[in-house]
Amino acid sequence: MKILNKRIINDVGGIRITQLDIASADIAKKALPGQFVMLMVSEKGERIPLTLVNTDKIKGTVSLIFQEAGFTTQSLGKLNPGDSLYSLVGPLGHPTEIKKFGKIILVGGGVGIAEILPVACALKQAGNHVTTILGSRNKELLILEAELKSNSDEIYVMTDDGSYGKKGFTTDMLKELLSRDKYDLIYSVGPIPMMKRVAMVSKEYGIKTLVSLNALMVDATGMCGCCRVTVAGAVKFSCVDGPDFDGHGVDWDELEKRNKVYSLQEKHICKL
Amino acid sequence: MKKEPVKVREVSAQIRSGNFQEVVLGYSEEEALLEASRCLQCKNPVCSSGCPVGIDIKKFIFQVTQKDYQGAYFTIKEKNNFPSICGRVCPAEYQCRKACILTKKGSPFASEQAINIHFLERFVGDYGKNNNLEIKQEVNEKLSKFKVAVVGSGPAGLCCAGELARQGVKVDIFESLHKTGGVLRYGIPPFRLPWETLDFEIDYLKKIGVNFVTNYLVGKAKTIKELFSDGYSSIFLGLGAGVPSFLGINGENLCNIYSVNEFLTRVNLMSAYKFPEFHTPVNIGKHVLIVGGGNTAMDSARVALRLQKLKGYPLNTTIIYRRTEVEMPARRLEIEHAKEEGIKFEFLVQPKEFIGDDQGFVKKLTCLRSELGEPDSSGRRRPVIIDGSEFVLDCDLCVIAVGLKANQILINSTPELKTDKYSDVIVDAETMESSIKGVFAGGDIVGGEGTVIEAMGMAKKAAKSIIENFSKK
Repeated sequence: MKILNKRIINDVGGIRITQLDIASADIAKKALPGQFVMLMVSEKGERIPLTLVNTDKIKGTVSLIFQEAGFTTQSLGKLNPGDSLYSLVGPLGHPTEIKKFGKIILVGGGVGIAEILPVACALKQAGNHVTTILGSRNKELLILEAELKSNSDEIYVMTDDGSYGKKGFTTDMLKELLSRDKYDLIYSVGPIPMMKRVAMVSKEYGIKTLVSLNALMVDATGMCGCCRVTVAGAVKFSCVDGPDFDGHGVDWDELEKRNKVYSLQEKHICKL
Repeated sequence: MKKEPVKVREVSAQIRSGNFQEVVLGYSEEEALLEASRCLQCKNPVCSSGCPVGIDIKKFIFQVTQKDYQGAYFTIKEKNNFPSICGRVCPAEYQCRKACILTKKGSPFASEQAINIHFLERFVGDYGKNNNLEIKQEVNEKLSKFKVAVVGSGPAGLCCAGELARQGVKVDIFESLHKTGGVLRYGIPPFRLPWETLDFEIDYLKKIGVNFVTNYLVGKAKTIKELFSDGYSSIFLGLGAGVPSFLGINGENLCNIYSVNEFLTRVNLMSAYKFPEFHTPVNIGKHVLIVGGGNTAMDSARVALRLQKLKGYPLNTTIIYRRTEVEMPARRLEIEHAKEEGIKFEFLVQPKEFIGDDQGFVKKLTCLRSELGEPDSSGRRRPVIIDGSEFVLDCDLCVIAVGLKANQILINSTPELKTDKYSDVIVDAETMESSIKGVFAGGDIVGGEGTVIEAMGMAKKAAKSIIENFSKK
């Protein structure tokens, strides 16, 4: 659980995205794309889930990339090589299904871009034609473009302000691609509003869409039900039934509301 | 002259409802002697038959009357590894005390006159703890070459590990959480079972060589097969009944509706009642409803009440239960404690639908009233809904405490492990061995929701079979 490497991927306009490489031979050995870990920064800390971005079976390390958005991710960002996490358990959740689907579109937004990277690598290796759409507010905030480029057959960047790539949302590009060609699968990770729009667009075209959900969790072994989401009318636990779900069935409004259940406490603890 | 039962000392409801300190203070030596002297020392005692691990109750109580507390401690320890824990959490009124000759025949649970066996057990257990009385290891050279993996550090896992280690078997306990103890830590609140008591028992296991591996999820990080190839000769599964049941009614995913496991885990394991010193939050409401009638319902109600008090809210926590008080499976003591602390009860009520606000937070619960009909398969009278009885309760936080199911992570990763229709692991009732040779199981993963002492009973049986197998090798 020792941190071996730290890399600040981005630090602009108060938004900092950090990568930590952590020693954990057991997790590295078993982890597959799409799986996650639960971690605690300190004994008094909260348990938070983070997607595994990379694993090195030989070195026995796992890599996590996170935006320092809340109290716990900020505390995590303060750790340095040599420091240890208080707790790290994994790999958790079902891996993303990797096989030859044919033509795939990956849609990543914000720090979700980091989370589509392992899936992109695996799907590319499985012989798929991978088209990647990355979304970012502006040029400076865009991360991992080079890494995704080398794992994609085609790549498109969309920025809100047009400072890089094309101006617009990822879904603008998605619509464009879907209207002129046939695809077999869409996989998306990013902010809830983005994944929700991706699912809305792809539904019109009837293309299977997987999303990786970021529900709040406590134990992440199916014990508490904190992460319950409604998918196609049925209650599922993100931790053990997911984290990947059929985006067309997800009750996005419910997920968005449930993820804000502790927003008051979050504000309070961040001010301290 | 007939002696009256000795009441146990408790912190007053007024004081205790504002903190998470232990409620029951236990017997002093004098009180223990007085209570022990009430025991009739029956020629043919029936109390032990009510104990899932068969403690020689008559003997240990006699030893107490002789002030031979050390002897009493070892008498209990012969059968029960954790007297300080069981003396606090055993539902004695359904077990040894119900069997006690002083309980009126046909009573659904122990009469008040029955000997307070659990408080005496606790007194003796704490005496042992405070005087560092420990069972000596009887290391058997032959057994010390075997290594056993215990999966789960709850009551079953701890008990099995203790039994094995005492005889010299090497034991590694794998626990997926960051702290040991399982339900004793995440489920039972510290005001019923202080961490200090639990840690004492766990530290003893460490002393006799049990190795604890936390943050390790068997089934994901390693499979059963891989554990065997790592050199473990046997594996014991004490996985627990970790998956919460929900009601399956509309609105159940609204914010501030918790499963009992989530609510208790946040508060107990993660110390959310000390937020922001501890970083895990938990919400509390002004109109809290708890659905259910078991111990976890009582625990979460009493936790909720304490959170209300800490927050400065008027105390307003209500338990709604579909049958009546008599049918409640909770320990009678917890029901009494809950009442004393100001928890309200609504009996013969069934939830129908949660109603929320625009932000997705629960605001109301629509309910139906019922009456008791014919007995069902459990022997308890079935609640029957009364037509047109719908009514609405204010509810800004709800805890669903209606039962738990088996955790499926390890089971799903082990297809050759046979399970029953409840997804519980099927074992041989005598040996506790599962469908996989060398893999044993006990506790809630076998019997569904049971008690701590029942889990220990199964774990002891399993440990005995494991040792017998090793002795043959």
